Amino acid sequence: MTVRIARQNVPALATLAVLVVLYVAAGLTFDGFFSLRVLVNFFGDNAFLGIVAVGVTFVILTGGIDLSVGAVVGCTTICSAVLIERQGFHPLAAFGAMLLAGTLLGTAHGVLIHRFNLQPFLVTLAGLFLARGVGLWVSTESVQADHPFFKTLSASKLPLGDGVFLPFGALMFLVVFAVGVYIASSTRFGRTVYAIGGSEQSAHLMGLDVARTKVAVYALSGFCSALGGVALVVYTSAGNAINGTGLELDAIAAVVIGGTLLTGGYGSVVGTLFGLLILSVIQTAIIFEGSLSSWWAKIVTGVLLLAFILLQRALQPRQ
Amino acid sequence: MKVHPIAYSVAALALLLLFNAFFTDGFFAIELRDGRFYGSLVDVLNRAAPVMLLSLGMTLVIATRGVDLSVGAVMAIAGAVAAVLANGDPGKALGWLQVSHSVPLVVLCALGVATLAGVFNGVLVGRFGVQPIVATLILMVAGRGVAQLVTEGQIVLFENPSLELLANGSVAAVPTPVVIVALAFVTVAVLVRKTALGLFIEAVGSNAKAARLAGVASAGVVIAVYAVSGLMAGVAGVIACANISAADSGTTGLYLELDAILAVAVGGTSLAGGRFSLAGSLVGAVLMQALTTTILTRGVSPHATLVAKALIIVAVILLQSPALRASLRAPKEQAA
Repeated sequence: MTVRIARQNVPALATLAVLVVLYVAAGLTFDGFFSLRVLVNFFGDNAFLGIVAVGVTFVILTGGIDLSVGAVVGCTTICSAVLIERQGFHPLAAFGAMLLAGTLLGTAHGVLIHRFNLQPFLVTLAGLFLARGVGLWVSTESVQADHPFFKTLSASKLPLGDGVFLPFGALMFLVVFAVGVYIASSTRFGRTVYAIGGSEQSAHLMGLDVARTKVAVYALSGFCSALGGVALVVYTSAGNAINGTGLELDAIAAVVIGGTLLTGGYGSVVGTLFGLLILSVIQTAIIFEGSLSSWWAKIVTGVLLLAFILLQRALQPRQ
Repeated sequence: MKVHPIAYSVAALALLLLFNAFFTDGFFAIELRDGRFYGSLVDVLNRAAPVMLLSLGMTLVIATRGVDLSVGAVMAIAGAVAAVLANGDPGKALGWLQVSHSVPLVVLCALGVATLAGVFNGVLVGRFGVQPIVATLILMVAGRGVAQLVTEGQIVLFENPSLELLANGSVAAVPTPVVIVALAFVTVAVLVRKTALGLFIEAVGSNAKAARLAGVASAGVVIAVYAVSGLMAGVAGVIACANISAADSGTTGLYLELDAILAVAVGGTSLAGGRFSLAGSLVGAVLMQALTTTILTRGVSPHATLVAKALIIVAVILLQSPALRASLRAPKEQAA
C-alpha cells in the first residue's frame, strides 16, 4: 500500500515529526520528562499563548498578520485586575467587558485593513501601541486580584489520575482549540478564510463575503487575545500591563512552525497546536537542563522558524 | 495640487514647535556650557538620534517594498558585542578577541556583526524570496537571544571614556550622536542620489519584475539595502550602549523598529515602495521625539505617548491610502 501525502500537508507532518523527535529526545535525556505532570504543564503553562495563537492562525490563514495580540493580553490583565480590585466588579463582568473591548479593537483593525486597503502589520502595530499605552496608563505596577470567584475557577479542574489535574486554563485552551478546529474545517466561515488566503480576488469573484470575513478574523483574533489575557489573570491572580511583551512573536512562531503559510491559504489550527507544543517542549527541556539560560529558547525558536520558512519556500510552486 | 510628501511632516513639526513656543517656557533656550550646547531642542535631536539612524536604513528597505523588523534586536547585538569587547574580560564570550585597547576596532567589530545580520536578512529576502516581514521576524525573535548569548545573559558594564564619548561627547559644541546622524545622512544620501543605486532601489520597489527584466540586479540591491539597515542599527546600538556604559540585551532598542517604521511613514515615504525621502524620515523621527518631549514637559503620563503614536500611525496611513483618497475624491468628480 502506498501512502500519498498531499503537498500542503508536508509542513504540518514535518512539524509533528519534529515534535515527536524533540519530545522523545528530551524524554530520554532527562529523568521524569515523560511524566503525565510535565505533559499537562505543556498545556497549563502556555494556555494563554495557545488561546492567542488559535486567533492568530485565522488571521495568518487569510494572509494577514496581527501584531497587537501581546499588548491586548497585557492590557486585558491589568484592566480586569483593576476593575475587580479597585472598582468592585465581579470577575465575570470585568472579563465580559474586556472580551468586548478586545473584539471591538480587532473589529476596528479589520475595518481599517479591509475598507481602506491598509497593510495589516501597520494597523495592528497601531493597535499594539494603543493597547500597551492604555494598559500602562491604567497602572504601571502589577495589581493583585484576589476574588473568591478565582478559587471556584481554580477548583474546576479535570482529574487525570495519579493526583494530576488538568487545570482550568488548559481546559479553556482545549475548548478554544476544539472550537477553532471546527470553525476552520467545517464552517462556511472557515472555508471562506482559506479561499481569501488563496486568492482574495478569486474569493470575491466566487461571491464569497470577503469583507465580512476579513473583518471577522481580526475581531476573532482580538477576542482570542482578550480571552488569553483572561486565562492569564485566572492563572496568576494578578494583572500587569507588561504581560505578553513579545507574545505576538511567540504566537506567530507557533503558527508558522505549525505549518501555516504566512502568505495565507494553507495551514491548520491543529498544526498550531503542534507548533505550540514544540515551543513548550523546548522551554521545558531548557528548564530541566538547568544550566542553560532561558534565552536559548529564543535562539532555538529562531532556528526552527528559519528552517520551516525555508522548507515552505522549497515546497511552494515557483511563480 | 501636488504637495511634496515631506510637507506634511514639516508642517506638523512646525505646529508642534509653535505650540511649545507659546506654552512651554524656555523650550527654545539654548546655552553653551562646558563647550557643548544644552537646551530642549538639542535634547530632542540628541534623543532622536538612534531612531534617525534606524530610519535612514529603514527608508531604503521600505523603498524596495520591504520592511526590517529586526533593527531593534540588531541594536542589542551590536551593543552587546561592543560592550563585551570594551570590557575585555578574557574569560567572557569573545574574550579571545583582545581589542579593548582600541576603540575603532571595538566599534568596527560591532558594526561588522550588525552588517552581517543585515546581509542575512537581505539574502533571505533577495535570494530566497522570503517575505520581508517573515525573514526579518527570525532575527527579531532570535536576535535578542544572540545578544544575550554574547553577554552571557548579564548586563555587561565597561569603563572606556573614549567609547563613551560617542554618546556623551560633542564635536564643535554639537552632541556627538547628532554629528554621527549628519554624517550617516550625508553618506547615504550621496550613495543613493549621486550614483544609480537610488534609481535601482526605486525601480525594485516600484516593480521588482520590471526592474529585473530591465537588467537591475534586484537580489544585489535588496541585499545591499538590508546590509545598510543592519549597519545603521549597529551604529545606533553602539551609541545606545556607550550612553549607559553597559549593554542590556533585554531592553536595548526594544520596540525601536516600530518607531523607525513610523518615522519613515510620517516622513512621506510610501510603505508600498518606490519613491523615498531620506530627509523626510529624519524629520519624521524628530517629530516623534518632539512629540514625546512635549508630552513629558506638559506633565502628561509618558504612556500617553504610546496612544498618541497609535493615533498618528492610523492618521498617516489613512492619508497615504489610495482607497480613502479615491472615496474622498469620487463625490467631487461626480459633481463636476
